[in-house]
Amino acid sequence: MSVGRKKKSPVGLFFSYVLLVIIAICCLYPALWTIMASFKPGGSLLGVSLIPKNVTLDHYRELFTSKSFQYGRWYWNTFKIATLSMLLGSALVILTSYSLSRYRFKGRKTILSILLVLGMFPGFMSMIAIYILLLQLDLLNTHIALVLVYSAGAPIGMAFVGKGLFDTIPRSLEEAARIDGATNWMTFRRIMLPLSKPAITYIALLQFTGPWMDFIFARLVLRTKEKWTLAVGLWDMVSNFQNSNFTMFAAGSVLIAIPITILFMFMQRFFVEGLTAGASKG
Amino acid sequence: MGREPNRTELGKANRGLIAGLLSVLAPGIGQIYNGQLIKGLILLAVDALGLTYFINNLYHAVWGVWTLGEVSSHMEKINGRTVMVRGDHSIYLLIEGLIVLIAFVLFVLFYVMSVKDAYRVGADRDKGIRPHTFRETLNYLGDRKFGELMLIVPSIGIIFLTVMPIIFMIMLAFTNYSAPEHVPPAKLVDWVGFRTFGNLLTLKTWSRTFVGVGIWTVVWAVIATLTCYFGGILVALLVNQPGIKFKSFWRTVFILPYAIPQVVSILIWKNMFNGQFGPINQYLSYFGLGKLPWLTDPYLAKLTVILVNMWLGIPVSMLLVLGVLTTIPRDLYEAAEVDGASPWQKFRVITMPMILFSTAPILIAQFAGNINNFNVIFLLTGGDPTNGRYQYAGSTDLLVTWLYKLALNNNKYNMASAIGIIIFIVIASFSIINYRRTKSFKEEDMIQ
Repeated sequence: MSVGRKKKSPVGLFFSYVLLVIIAICCLYPALWTIMASFKPGGSLLGVSLIPKNVTLDHYRELFTSKSFQYGRWYWNTFKIATLSMLLGSALVILTSYSLSRYRFKGRKTILSILLVLGMFPGFMSMIAIYILLLQLDLLNTHIALVLVYSAGAPIGMAFVGKGLFDTIPRSLEEAARIDGATNWMTFRRIMLPLSKPAITYIALLQFTGPWMDFIFARLVLRTKEKWTLAVGLWDMVSNFQNSNFTMFAAGSVLIAIPITILFMFMQRFFVEGLTAGASKG
Repeated sequence: MGREPNRTELGKANRGLIAGLLSVLAPGIGQIYNGQLIKGLILLAVDALGLTYFINNLYHAVWGVWTLGEVSSHMEKINGRTVMVRGDHSIYLLIEGLIVLIAFVLFVLFYVMSVKDAYRVGADRDKGIRPHTFRETLNYLGDRKFGELMLIVPSIGIIFLTVMPIIFMIMLAFTNYSAPEHVPPAKLVDWVGFRTFGNLLTLKTWSRTFVGVGIWTVVWAVIATLTCYFGGILVALLVNQPGIKFKSFWRTVFILPYAIPQVVSILIWKNMFNGQFGPINQYLSYFGLGKLPWLTDPYLAKLTVILVNMWLGIPVSMLLVLGVLTTIPRDLYEAAEVDGASPWQKFRVITMPMILFSTAPILIAQFAGNINNFNVIFLLTGGDPTNGRYQYAGSTDLLVTWLYKLALNNNKYNMASAIGIIIFIVIASFSIINYRRTKSFKEEDMIQ
């Protein structure tokens, strides 16, 4: 055995590359296939090929002009709901996790445990009660209701992640600020918020992408087609018109996935940090 | 503040006791007695508001929750004509009652706190400590109670949109709220104790479904978690091998499935596995193989959901493992090489234990998450193919998707709630052990 870095044998390396290429194809294929399908003339699933013979933008045009699919409207609804939920939800998450990370008070441990336990209920355990509640408040089939449901639920799952991220900011900084006479609010506003930009970006992104693609609650709360979000509309396209309208679905998917996918790719680092911050740091 | 009152002094001047008792009468009076006029008036106003509300509503709320209504809708003869009389709506009564009761608990808390406060300030006055002015009180709150203040708004949201609905659902499990017999407003709903759980476990039709779906849920959770976990490790090791070029390119490509919104990619897979027109079957027929019923055969459908889940889940594990790999010190490997360890031995003794050590909590969390993995099953197969032996469930249904169908498609709310409680107990026992061990929970007052 030689000492030091061993070189891989060329054969081993070759097989590794073959495997990598196969995995890469598996990863890319569904996405490529969908993109190609979205440019294919006709509506059927059949005959989608990776190198299209005819290319058409009809499906994209139709998404926004067709009377039966109110895709443009769904897009706007989704964007509105996701943005509002992001703003309100992140604010609530930041308040909760900052308080739990930075302050020590009676009942703090209890609150942590309660949050933990609440997170273990299947989210839609609360569905029926929320449905009746919204019905009573006359909020069913409104976007406000959805925003409230998403934002209010946000601290439950995210508070631990947020707390983990805030925990990594050294205490000495705010102690110094306190000695200089800064109030709690000033410390929070001027020192902690700017320092925790990565944490906040991560929280905000999740608060955006969650509602952007949530299916369960959107389907429960939104009852009429013009109020729907993309996830519900897309699901409806697939389950009710699978073969006849497949290419429209493909075009719709591409338009939904592109912004989120790009966001994810740029923000990779935050997502990895966030994933590990909540749980894994030993 | 917060000092224990001195007993001997209490005997002499009993301002603490008087203020406390006055506040028992009505929160705020004690504070006014202590000379804290503005604070007292604010508390008094809250008190007046609360009292008027609860005097009008509390009795009805308790009655509603206790009886779930007494009169069902029925026909009645009024002036010779038969008229439909609306009865009590049990479910509305329950949920309204619950909201009033939760508000009442909060009100009682407020009451107790204001009595305590009046007592403490009064006792301090006995010791010659001047009570805070209103401005000082505000400063005190901002300075010392900032953490608690921050939690007020999130708590209200959580109490009414999460805690209350969960309590409501738990209560439903102990009623007979289910179609076709007991659906308001036509019929009343009653408390039935543990009968729903009894039916679920002993009635043949229910227990067979419960056991069948339950076993598949566990099998699914174990396989789904392990395939993604070890798949992720393998891919990460493959990318991380010495000699592989363009590492960040491969990494980026392999993350793609994670980056595409789940709902979209699952629906795409549903089309790809389409038995008649899907591309996967098209390719199979190019190679002269028959078409496979990917989503319609009970066994193949199970395989399909696991495959799709691997596609969705491996990227996450890969990212995590790649992160861990960079933290393993190089000299460990060098030392092993000096001792003549083979690549396999190095993997077994160094790499694998390090990975396991730092990702174990995530592994358990993923397991718990997979038990509740609604999206993959519901969007891909919808629980189908249907299984004739099951009550309202298909072959790939997990407990959660079954719960969803029971509640929303079949209105068997009590059964759905009972299943929800059982899922909760299972998940909770895993997660509590898990989280208690992680840093985010255990660390407190870290030294930095």
